[in-house]
Amino acid sequence: MRRRLAPYALILPGGLWLAIFFVVPMVVMLSFSLMQGDVVNGFRLTWHWQNYSDGLSTYADQLIRSLVYGLLATAACIVLAYPVAYWIAFRGGARKTTYLFLILLPFFVSFVLRTFSWKFLLADDGIVLSPLKDVGLLPQDFHVIATGFAVVAGLTYNYLPFMVLPIYVALERVDPKMIEAAQDLYASPAQAFARVVFPLSLPGVFAGVLMTFVPVSADYVNSTVLGGTNNTMIGNIIQNLYLVNTDYPQAAALSFTLMAILLIGIFLYAKALGTEDVLEVATR
Amino acid sequence: MTTDPAFLRGMTSNRRDALRLLGLTGAGLGLAACGVKGQKAAPPKQNDVQKYWAGKTKHGHVNFANWPLYMDKARTPLKAFTKATGITVTYREVISEMPQWFGKIAPQLQAGQSIGYDLMVVTNGVEFTKLKELGYLVPLDHSRLPNFAKYAAEIYRKESFDPGNVFSIPYQTGLTGIAYDPAKTGREITSIQDLWDPAFKGKVGMMSDPQEIGNFGMFAIGVDPEKSTPADWKRAAARLQEQKSKGIVRKYYEQDYIDALTRGDVWLTMAWSGDIFQQNLSEKSNLKFVIPKEGATLWTDSLMIPKTAENPVDALMLMDFFYLPDTAAKLAESVNYVTPVPAAKQAIEADAAKATGADQKSLQQIAESPLVFPSDADYAKLRHYRTLTTAEEKEYNTTFQHITAG
Repeated sequence: MRRRLAPYALILPGGLWLAIFFVVPMVVMLSFSLMQGDVVNGFRLTWHWQNYSDGLSTYADQLIRSLVYGLLATAACIVLAYPVAYWIAFRGGARKTTYLFLILLPFFVSFVLRTFSWKFLLADDGIVLSPLKDVGLLPQDFHVIATGFAVVAGLTYNYLPFMVLPIYVALERVDPKMIEAAQDLYASPAQAFARVVFPLSLPGVFAGVLMTFVPVSADYVNSTVLGGTNNTMIGNIIQNLYLVNTDYPQAAALSFTLMAILLIGIFLYAKALGTEDVLEVATR
Repeated sequence: MTTDPAFLRGMTSNRRDALRLLGLTGAGLGLAACGVKGQKAAPPKQNDVQKYWAGKTKHGHVNFANWPLYMDKARTPLKAFTKATGITVTYREVISEMPQWFGKIAPQLQAGQSIGYDLMVVTNGVEFTKLKELGYLVPLDHSRLPNFAKYAAEIYRKESFDPGNVFSIPYQTGLTGIAYDPAKTGREITSIQDLWDPAFKGKVGMMSDPQEIGNFGMFAIGVDPEKSTPADWKRAAARLQEQKSKGIVRKYYEQDYIDALTRGDVWLTMAWSGDIFQQNLSEKSNLKFVIPKEGATLWTDSLMIPKTAENPVDALMLMDFFYLPDTAAKLAESVNYVTPVPAAKQAIEADAAKATGADQKSLQQIAESPLVFPSDADYAKLRHYRTLTTAEEKEYNTTFQHITAG
């Protein structure tokens, strides 16, 4: 009897935690998204589905921009992270843990602080751009801060470790004997990589994409700090609706819209990559 | 004697409200069925003031919530207060943004619980209006505010956000005008229209706060913000959109405009008066602040008592203490915003006469600064914020946030 109950007892703390801090707020927000009213006069549940259509039509630009920025930053993360992870996994030798620690080191500083320091480094008359302008390499009115490029670069920088680590884990598991076997069968190094190593690392890439694309698309700090007049992301809009306008229904509706879009996107992505790989990631 | 039930509900902590809050966090489905009730309160009547204050006594302690950098590090005015009255003060710099502060205290006030503070500083604007309309503020007993009656400047007694100072009296006030770096602009800035000058393309900062930027849009089309209509908002928004489309605006800033200006990311920007003075002092920068010829807005940070305060009498005494010319002078010397006490000028001049060297010079500067003691001509150019009702707020915000949220 006790043996049969034990697994449930183990699930209980985490399950309760999720139920209280995830499920209940979700239900509350879902009901909010269908209400009408304001803080002073109160909100009434009127099944106002228009909150969703209003949100989509008013903030379509920012929604699309968030997804585009999310895709760009995720792609940049893969391109930057893969070689790093590969190098650490196969060439890291005895110092693997040191290199991994170095990758994680930036996390010891608040990411808001790190993003702010970009602002100082890349200021129009700052220490990077000013000398380049003085020698005439850049036009005087050139600037990096307050552009879409700055926002995507900031996002890439902040979420890069989330891409490196899962890819590293996947590559680390690749048995070097497999590569030897491929070479024994007359595969060139490039072919061995393309046919053996890369496919085996895909679950890591998949996990990395999940861990970067979702938070990146909903991020609002980078566009606040590094963006300009045309780089507002949907996260900024939602934050503004909640805190400045106290328009909870509209904010809740937009949050659910974003969540739905991300879930559908990830589902399609999982389908495209093949469910077996996804399950493999899940069981690891 | 009849009791206004709405007012009483506002004043007493009651179990039903606490249960409602519990319900809000605990049972989402129950909530879905009934919605979230508002608590709109009726305006207080004369006898409400007496009713609230009757039987309240001094406790010898007060908890004060304020903004950062809004008093000197040594807390000179509070020490003087403790010395004069024996009341100790716990001073916390916990307010840094109005919407966040409102979000933090509203649930507790709704449940009738203490927010831990007896006195707080809130800016005029939609959050103040909400606090007022929800009945979260204590109506002030003006018979216990003799210094305010004697020393407050006339203009601060009839502000549209709280006429007759029913709930609030000013702590400090300030101006929203234009700040610029003369070395970069190469010329003097005098007009709101300079913010639309294509010569400064990409080097102009505007504020993201809907009311601040809306006001400047209104000035640009020659409308007094306080008397503006929704049709004016649309026209002002169109003018601001034009400024954005032409690429003149670098960014819509919160308080970080000041760093952008110091770093040279922008050359001229909407700005709050005291910030520029303090920045020049601490960074040795050479920024200038102007009241544009079309006008500038005067905002007010007010002292008020939340309805669940535990030490309201002590809080009221501290409020009044800030209106002694000596206290007001000490405060103005350290924060350099506009003081609501004109008589503080003589007190600062007296301090200057006693001081020597650099101190003397800076005190004289403060006494003569139009940003601390605006002249009558300056005051004539200053306009007030329009008080938006909750219904108007939505339309107003949508109109202007369409621009700031690119």
